[in-house]
Amino acid sequence: MAEKVLMKGNEALGEAALRAGCRHFFGYPITPQTELSAYLSKKMPKCGGTFLQAESELAAINMVLGAGATGVRAMTSSSSPGISLKSEGISYIAGSDVPCVIINVQRGGPGLGSIQPSQADYWQATKATGHGDFQIFVLAPSTVQEMADFVALAFDTAEKYRVPAMILSDGMMGQMMEPVSFPEETEITQHDKSWAACGHNNARPHNIVNSLYIEAKDLEKTVIERYERYEKIKANEQRAESYMTEDAEVVIVAYGASSRVSRSAVDMARAEGIKAGLVRPITLWPFPVDAIEKTVANAKQFLAVEMSMGQMVDDVKLVVNGRKPVSFFGRTGGIIPTPAEVLGEIKKLAGKEA
Amino acid sequence: MAVVFEKPHALTDVPFHYCPGCTHGIVHRLVAEAIDELGIEGRAVGVASVGCSVFSYNYFSCDMVQSPHGRAQAVATGIKRAQPQDIVFTYQGDGDLAAIGTCETVHAATRGENITVIFINNAIYGMTGGQMAPTSLPGQVTQTTPYGRDVKTAGYPIRMCEMLSTLDGVALAQRVTVDNVKHVNEAKKAIKKAFENQINGLGYSIVEVVSTCPTNWGLAPADAIKWLQDNMLPYYPLGVYKDITASEGGAKA
Repeated sequence: MAEKVLMKGNEALGEAALRAGCRHFFGYPITPQTELSAYLSKKMPKCGGTFLQAESELAAINMVLGAGATGVRAMTSSSSPGISLKSEGISYIAGSDVPCVIINVQRGGPGLGSIQPSQADYWQATKATGHGDFQIFVLAPSTVQEMADFVALAFDTAEKYRVPAMILSDGMMGQMMEPVSFPEETEITQHDKSWAACGHNNARPHNIVNSLYIEAKDLEKTVIERYERYEKIKANEQRAESYMTEDAEVVIVAYGASSRVSRSAVDMARAEGIKAGLVRPITLWPFPVDAIEKTVANAKQFLAVEMSMGQMVDDVKLVVNGRKPVSFFGRTGGIIPTPAEVLGEIKKLAGKEA
Repeated sequence: MAVVFEKPHALTDVPFHYCPGCTHGIVHRLVAEAIDELGIEGRAVGVASVGCSVFSYNYFSCDMVQSPHGRAQAVATGIKRAQPQDIVFTYQGDGDLAAIGTCETVHAATRGENITVIFINNAIYGMTGGQMAPTSLPGQVTQTTPYGRDVKTAGYPIRMCEMLSTLDGVALAQRVTVDNVKHVNEAKKAIKKAFENQINGLGYSIVEVVSTCPTNWGLAPADAIKWLQDNMLPYYPLGVYKDITASEGGAKA
C-alpha cells in the first residue's frame, strides 16, 4: 500500500475508478456527487479516457449501455433523483447482461427531497432499480477507504456475472474526508468479452446486445438463466462485517453512514454493560443472510438502524423470520442519527430505560 | 449462371417482418449496400431503436445493440466513444427520434458526435398500431387523432432536418425518399455520404427518409406511395439542409 492521502469520498471513487481501468465516464451534474464528476473531468483526458457530461441522466446511463456493450469498463454517477431517471437504462442494461458500475451518492427524498445524506434508496437499489425481474449487485461503503476499495470489486463482480453493480453511498460518505490509501497496482481480472458488440472484424457471426424477446418462452428462459447467476452471486458474494456479535444480545444491523453511528452506540452500550453488537452489511444485494443468521441463536433483540423510515429492516425480518423481535430506529429527510439516540434504543430493548 | 442481383453481404438471411409496401426494406438494403461498398461491416456497430425497426438487429450482419426507446443516439455515443475506430449508426423511426428521443438527438447533433443517423419518417407510430407521431401531418387521421390531427390541441409536426441544420456540430442533414428509382438512387448516395463523413471524422450526419406505412395509413402499397408524394413531400421538402462538404452555394439539392 502506498502512503495515505486525505480525500473526499467522492474523489476517492473517481481515483479508484481510474485505477480499476475505467476509462469511460458519463455523468450529469447533481448534488452531492459533484466532486466525483469534477475529479474525473480533470483526470480522464490526461489518461486518454472519456469524460462526457451528458444532456440528462437518461442519456448518461444509455451511454454507459453503449460503451459497456462494447466490453469496456463504463461508469456513471448520480444521486437519488438522478438514479430514478437512470432506472430505465439500468433495467435495459440488466436485461442485456451488460456489466457496468453505477454510483448513487444518496440524498433525501422523495421528489427533489434534500441534499443531505440519506439511505432512503435501499428499496430502489435492492428491490426495484427498474422494471422487470432483475437484481443488481449493491455495495455499501462505510469509510472513504471502502469507497476506494469497492470500485474495482464492483467492476470485477459486474464483469464476472455480467450484471450491473451499484455503489450505494450517501452524501455523508461522499462529502467527508478521511485518509485513504490506494494499492500500488490494482489487479484487473480479465473476463470473457466474446459477447461484446465492438465490431466482428469479419471474424465471427454478429453479436447482438439485446433485451427484447418477442416469444414469451424465450424471455422466460433468459430470465431463469439470469436468476441462476443470481443464485451464484448469493452463494459467493455476500459480504458483511460483524462487530462484537459473539455474545451479543442486542444485535444492530446497519450499513454505510448509519453503521458508523451504530458502532459508536455499541461501544457506549458495552461501556454500560449491555451486550450489544453490530452486523454491518457490506453487500446489500446479495443481503448478507449468513452473517445475520449466525447471530440469531444468541440474540434477544434485533435493531435495524437506517437513515430512512425503515427499508432494510424488512430484509432483517426475513432472515430472523419471527424467531426474535426485530425493531427499527431511523431518522430521515437528511438527518443523521446520533450515537446517543441509538444508545437510547439499545437501552430500551435491553430493558434499561434511557 | 451469372449472378445479376443478390442481397448485400451486410444483410443476414433472416426474412424481414415488414408489411407489404413498407419502405423499411428498401432503406435497410441501401444501408447494407453502403456498408458493403465502404468495406466497413467488420467495424460497423448498429443501434436498433424501439419501433418496427427494432428487429433490424436480426437483419444487419454487423454487430448490433438494441436501445431503449428514444435513447439510440446516447447508446451510439457510448459505443463510439468507447470504440472510436468503429463505424456506428442508429436506425430510428419518427416517434423514437423526434418525440421521446428529441433531447438525445439534439445533443448528439450539437456535440458533433461522429455517428451516422438513419431517420425513418413515416408520420405514424407503426409498431404500436398507428398512433399520432411527432411528424403526423395536420389533419392526419391516426388511432389517437381519430378526427384528424388538430394543431390547436395536438400541435404541429416537427421538421427535424431543418432544426438540426442550425447546429454547428452537424456535418450532414439531408432529407430523401424512396418513392421512385431516381429518389432511391439519391437516398443511396446520401446514406453512403453519411457513412463516409463518419469515416472521415467530420461529425454528425443524419439522413431522413420520408417513408410509408401502408398498414397504419390504411392504404394499399401503391396508394401509400401516392399519399406520400401528395401529402408528405409538400410538408417535408426533400433536399440537403446542411452539408459541410459541399462547396459554397451549392448545397441545396
